[in-house]
Amino acid sequence: MIHSLFLINHLGDIFLEKHWKSVISRSVCDYFFEAREKAVDPENVPPVLQTPHHYLISIYRGKLFFLSVIQTEVPPLFVIEFLHRVADTFQDYFGECSESVITDNLVIVYELLEEMLDNGFPLATESNVLKEMIRPPNILRSVVNTLTGGSNVGETLPQGQLSNIPWRRAGVKYANNEAYFDVTEEIDAIVDKSGTTVSAEIQGVIEACVKLSGMPDLTMSFMNPRLLDDVSFHPCVRFRRWESERVLSFIPPDGNFTLMTYHISSQNLVAIPVYVKQSINFFEAGSCGRLDITIGPKQTMGKTVEDLKVTIHMPKAVLNANLTATQGNYTYDCTTKMLVWDIGKLNPQKLPNLRGSLSMQTGVPNPEENPSLNIDLKIQQLAISGLKVSRLDMYGEKYKPFKGVKYVTKAGKFQVRT
Amino acid sequence: MDCSSMDAGFSSLRSEAAGAMRTVLVSAENLQLTLKPELSQEEQSLTHTNSSPKDSHKAGNEDLKEMLESSKESLKLEAMKRIVGLIAKGKSASELFPAVVKNVASKNIELKKLVYVYLVRYAEEQQDLALLSISTFQRALKDPNQFIRASALRVLSSIRVPIIVPIMMLAIKEAAADLSPYVRKTSAHAIQKLYSLDPDQKEQLIEVIEKLLKDKSTLVAGSVVMAFEEVCPDRIDLIHKNYRKLCNLLVDVEEWGQVVIISMLTRYARTQFTSPWMEGAEFDENKAFYDSDSEEKKDQTEAKPYVMDPDHRLLLRNTKPLLQSRNTAVVMAVAQLYWHLAPKHEVSIVTKSLVRLLRSHREVQYIVLQNIATMSIQRKGMFEPFIKSFYVRSTDATHIKTLKLEILTNLANEANISTILREFQTYVKSQDKAFAAATIQAIGRCATNISEVTDTCLNGLVLLLSNRDEAVVAESIVVIKKLLQTQPTQHGDIIKHMAKLFDNVTVPMARASILWLMGEYCEKVPKIAPDVLRKMAKTFTAEEDIVKLQTVNLAAKLYLTNSKQTKLLTQYILNLGKYDQNYDIRDRTRFIRQLIVPNEKSGALSKYARRMLLAPKPAPVLESAFKDRDRYQLGTLSHSLNLKATGYQELPDWPAVAPDQSVRNVEIVEPLREWAPIVGKTKQPKSDDKFYSDDEDEKEEEGSDSSGSGSEDSSSSSSSEESGSESEEESSEDSEKTSSDSGKSSSGSEKSSSESESDQKKKKKTKKAQQKKSKPTADSDSDENGNGPVGQASSSSSESSSDSESDSESDSESDSPAPKKKTEVKAKPKVAVNSKKEVSLLDLDDFSPAPTNAPKPSVLSQSLLSDLEGLSLSNISSAVQVTTSSFGPLKTYELLHHMTGKGLSAKYHFPRQPCLYQPSMVAVQVILTNSSDHALEEIHIGDQSPASLNIHCFNTIERLEPGASVTVSMGIDFSDSTQAANFQLCTKEDQFSVSIQPAVGELLMPSTMTEQDFCKEQGKLQGMNETSATITMATANASRQAINKQVLSVANVGEVPSSQNNFSRFGGRTVSSRALVLVSLELSESSGALLTINTEKSVMASMLLRDLKQALAQA
Repeated sequence: MIHSLFLINHLGDIFLEKHWKSVISRSVCDYFFEAREKAVDPENVPPVLQTPHHYLISIYRGKLFFLSVIQTEVPPLFVIEFLHRVADTFQDYFGECSESVITDNLVIVYELLEEMLDNGFPLATESNVLKEMIRPPNILRSVVNTLTGGSNVGETLPQGQLSNIPWRRAGVKYANNEAYFDVTEEIDAIVDKSGTTVSAEIQGVIEACVKLSGMPDLTMSFMNPRLLDDVSFHPCVRFRRWESERVLSFIPPDGNFTLMTYHISSQNLVAIPVYVKQSINFFEAGSCGRLDITIGPKQTMGKTVEDLKVTIHMPKAVLNANLTATQGNYTYDCTTKMLVWDIGKLNPQKLPNLRGSLSMQTGVPNPEENPSLNIDLKIQQLAISGLKVSRLDMYGEKYKPFKGVKYVTKAGKFQVRT
Repeated sequence: MDCSSMDAGFSSLRSEAAGAMRTVLVSAENLQLTLKPELSQEEQSLTHTNSSPKDSHKAGNEDLKEMLESSKESLKLEAMKRIVGLIAKGKSASELFPAVVKNVASKNIELKKLVYVYLVRYAEEQQDLALLSISTFQRALKDPNQFIRASALRVLSSIRVPIIVPIMMLAIKEAAADLSPYVRKTSAHAIQKLYSLDPDQKEQLIEVIEKLLKDKSTLVAGSVVMAFEEVCPDRIDLIHKNYRKLCNLLVDVEEWGQVVIISMLTRYARTQFTSPWMEGAEFDENKAFYDSDSEEKKDQTEAKPYVMDPDHRLLLRNTKPLLQSRNTAVVMAVAQLYWHLAPKHEVSIVTKSLVRLLRSHREVQYIVLQNIATMSIQRKGMFEPFIKSFYVRSTDATHIKTLKLEILTNLANEANISTILREFQTYVKSQDKAFAAATIQAIGRCATNISEVTDTCLNGLVLLLSNRDEAVVAESIVVIKKLLQTQPTQHGDIIKHMAKLFDNVTVPMARASILWLMGEYCEKVPKIAPDVLRKMAKTFTAEEDIVKLQTVNLAAKLYLTNSKQTKLLTQYILNLGKYDQNYDIRDRTRFIRQLIVPNEKSGALSKYARRMLLAPKPAPVLESAFKDRDRYQLGTLSHSLNLKATGYQELPDWPAVAPDQSVRNVEIVEPLREWAPIVGKTKQPKSDDKFYSDDEDEKEEEGSDSSGSGSEDSSSSSSSEESGSESEEESSEDSEKTSSDSGKSSSGSEKSSSESESDQKKKKKTKKAQQKKSKPTADSDSDENGNGPVGQASSSSSESSSDSESDSESDSESDSPAPKKKTEVKAKPKVAVNSKKEVSLLDLDDFSPAPTNAPKPSVLSQSLLSDLEGLSLSNISSAVQVTTSSFGPLKTYELLHHMTGKGLSAKYHFPRQPCLYQPSMVAVQVILTNSSDHALEEIHIGDQSPASLNIHCFNTIERLEPGASVTVSMGIDFSDSTQAANFQLCTKEDQFSVSIQPAVGELLMPSTMTEQDFCKEQGKLQGMNETSATITMATANASRQAINKQVLSVANVGEVPSSQNNFSRFGGRTVSSRALVLVSLELSESSGALLTINTEKSVMASMLLRDLKQALAQA
């Protein structure tokens, strides 16, 4: 399956290589660099490439390329999913997934990769299992280890690896038993020039942070489970139970995990929290342009819209922007052509407005298309779909856990065309 | 800053200036780390290396060697960490091999692991030295710690040294029999490694694979199937016996294993089952939700019925829940399985999940979109409702945009084209010009595919000709050219317009396209074409090759049509072409000259020049780039690259005739053999035959394969008992499994299964005794068995409950139908024998067209059903049957009196069988009698009310002779209410309104459970869900038997074995919604008793309470 892995930074330097079968020369990456060059933007590199003897499957995460070398037929998603899982594991272990952090923890990274794959086939990918075999770095432990000669490597096979619930380690103990759930919904929408919604979807995710002792068996039920027509679960969720009763029943992993994600695609259910009035014009004469944007609340369900931000990727011809914002402040980056207007809290009484002129490069034909606006926002204490957790019950353990559910709505890929 | 980061810091700094080195050390000291004395040593060596960067490497390695040879563990570890750092950076550290290999036996586990890493990396280069380490691994293979055994095997098998092949082989064989499933999993991985090292070992390895395939641990399943795929993918025969096990284990296998197993099973299914895609038969898409039911229905209507193999269905059903996996690869694997294996109308269930994946990472999107693009060509309907999910955002990566565009184009039809075109208009204006160009092509494809919008599109494209961006204009021209060709009507204006643009267009392809258009339609623009040619003659030498070729072409065509004006121009151009640098152009010029300019040499050919050059040309078909990608299996690398990748295995075509299905039957192991004869006694002489015929018949019994899987499962559980060594692990795994995937009831009942597993043998002995005792009377027999075989029944049925829970909604989900169906199935062979005398029981192919479960020939079905009853009386294998048998004479109700029915009379009763048609239906048998003096024709069911009522009607009875009677079976979904089902019973002449009012007890079906389960479930159904009353019992009802009889006469529930004497418990479920109904009766001192009913359905509870009260009060 996966033959070798190369980690490549954004400059094109290979800073880590790992082979699970015989060694493959790193010159194989040249084909990748070629494609990388051609694509200009790293986002545009095709994930699957072919070379005379190998196939290259790569992902781009956190300004790093994870490039795997494949020799025979394998489902490409299998590799892609695994590579993302590797990146997730690094994130989980080191708090971020960047070149400096990986080179700093090279040995742990290597030990992890060794455990995650055997002969190119995934062996242990559950973070709970890995953490028992290879302990994540922390200052205290490294000091203790230098003093006592102890190691970061576990000596026994983690229980989870053998059981049918590999996601939970045995013998978990906490002084404070608590379970928190964050329901986060992201609105993906395309709004066209006239303000009508072209497409709108909600992408929801329930992230959990469960710190409960022993083997708790949790049941979460919703006020309105009918909303959820398409869901995917963490392996711990009993699917049958969901099918028959629409409740989530599970033995949770220890710590942070994603309990479920869901997708609400039917448009009439999706409320669009803000409206945008905009006019962006480029004038033929005088090589300048005019910009005027106003944002107002639309369907906010009585909540305040926070962290409002508008990002516009301006056409190349725009040299500078001379604008005034009634609220918040704006920046224009001349090299990336990004106009960012950071508004903050949306005040319904006094709508934020950004207007002014854009100076254009002379002699260049005016851009054909007006740039589209990407909106970021956040609404606390609200799941825009109306989803509500009605109760959370725990079986199997005697103590009374502390429970909490938090809702937040964000803008995902929220785009206003102009 | 910890020590590993320190050392990493060192190694990265080695090439840098010494000053930087110092600052690090200083900062480390500032952090007050307890730095060991060796730091100064290191510092020295590092500063030393820095001073002479040339041979820094070597010096550094010398230093490492010293550290490795020191006696301090921590120094060694430090050295190894730095070596691993070197390996990770791709720097050579091979000369350290002797020093490193010495530490292979180290006690420090981290040091050991790092040495392993080093060994695996360099053993191939230093084979002789690597041999030094082998004995250490051999010792470790015997270590009591499974983790150490496994990692020793991992390293041993990863050392690519041919000499140790025999040692590896031995180690693999031993590990394959290890008690720890983790070690067995490792051995499965080792198989692949050994195979790639020495393919000659194939035969021996296959033996190991065969053994490991039988393994019941979910941990092993994925890895061994991977090994199978790598070593012997063609040995399909190894899978047969494990097929059902793999299907059933699938949900619990780790996600990566799932992907591999699913793709292997896809291939397997393609070789073993017949195609579910009926030729020429178009299904109603909206029929899809009937699921298995629809298959039955079409069986009746179609000439040659297709019956899905139950194993085929099993695979589809067990993979379906995996669509909800968080692992995108698993979702894709299931999607491709459905695409390649499911009946056409079921494929669409994967749509939603695939669309969900589009929100995932960019790379995932890319692959999923590629697959959707291929799917959307063949099946537009699947993705059309989700068309908006494919709208392009300006932030998407270019390749994502193009794929979305591709899909949108594939999905375009008359209904949605206007929306799509509006989207396209936005895209055309995109700043990403490559994307804009792709959009124009897409518009062109829409225009050719949907004739209604061709003109609109054409006009739109013409408007684009005035676009400022050249790429857009050029692309438009190319597309317009193609469109005009498909519509060679009066588009003179457009051609003229393009001719005007010609001067401004510089993109070669666009220029060439205009020239071609001029030439092709030169008669439509007789004045302009020669002028264009004139301009071209001027610039000919400066043009691109493709433009030159088209110029020559245009010249030739004009020469033929309008030689007067263009003769000289043509000759000039031909002369230019003759001396062109490009040989293609020289060749073409020479050819054209010979063809069109008449001279003595040209001969006969020039006569035909006009016909050759100006022949009407077929319009180009604008096809999707994904048109022929469907030759590759979806989700594969080959599909993604659109070329055959190394190791790609073609997906075989469906066989015309399905191979022998019995190969998948698993032999019955010990404990069951004892059980078999008991049942076998009823009709069959040989128990073995029985089991085979069971499974054969199953395929007719659509979706009722729970008997097969049930027996398989119970065999697996019993065999785990045999192999006592691992039983502990297995059973604990089992119970975990259920607790993780089964619903409320089974989680409890599983416990009983593991219990009963252990004391199965004991019970069997007691049962035998009981059996002897119970012989004399049928009544006591059944009662005895009510207590006797329950343990056993529950072991098999609760096992199967975890399976049946995995059924799709329409299939039976509760525990009880499984054993019952088994009896029906068992009954069938006899029927078949009756009807078709020459059918041998084992002959499958002959058997398949035999009676389907739907009562096609109604006569057969009656006898079948009556046989079933007869059997279920004598056939005692579970508590469920007890209820039927003890109930004695069925209560028969009048449906239609012969006076009102003009001679037709009808009676009905509830046979208390699970309904064949849909699990949510209650089975009703209707006995129709003709008491008139003339034959009645076309007896059938007419209008029904309420309209929402779901009735499965019996087939029309063509003719009923006077005095004859016929029994037909129906299924009615009462939706757990006692509301009467009203319908019309029609004959050829008349219609009679009749109604069936079910007693509340008939809306239940028995549920087997243990006492613990019962109490547990009862505990959950307290408060509102509990109804109780104190009742007075008739004195005759004091005994337990009597109580059972009375309760069972009222309600179709199953008795729960009770340890207390004064307690009687009964469990059931409502047929339609499967809500649990628990009845408990506590006898008090006097003739009073406390009757309690626990169920969510409180209305049913009160009605049931009333009925039971009445029944128990009367003698």
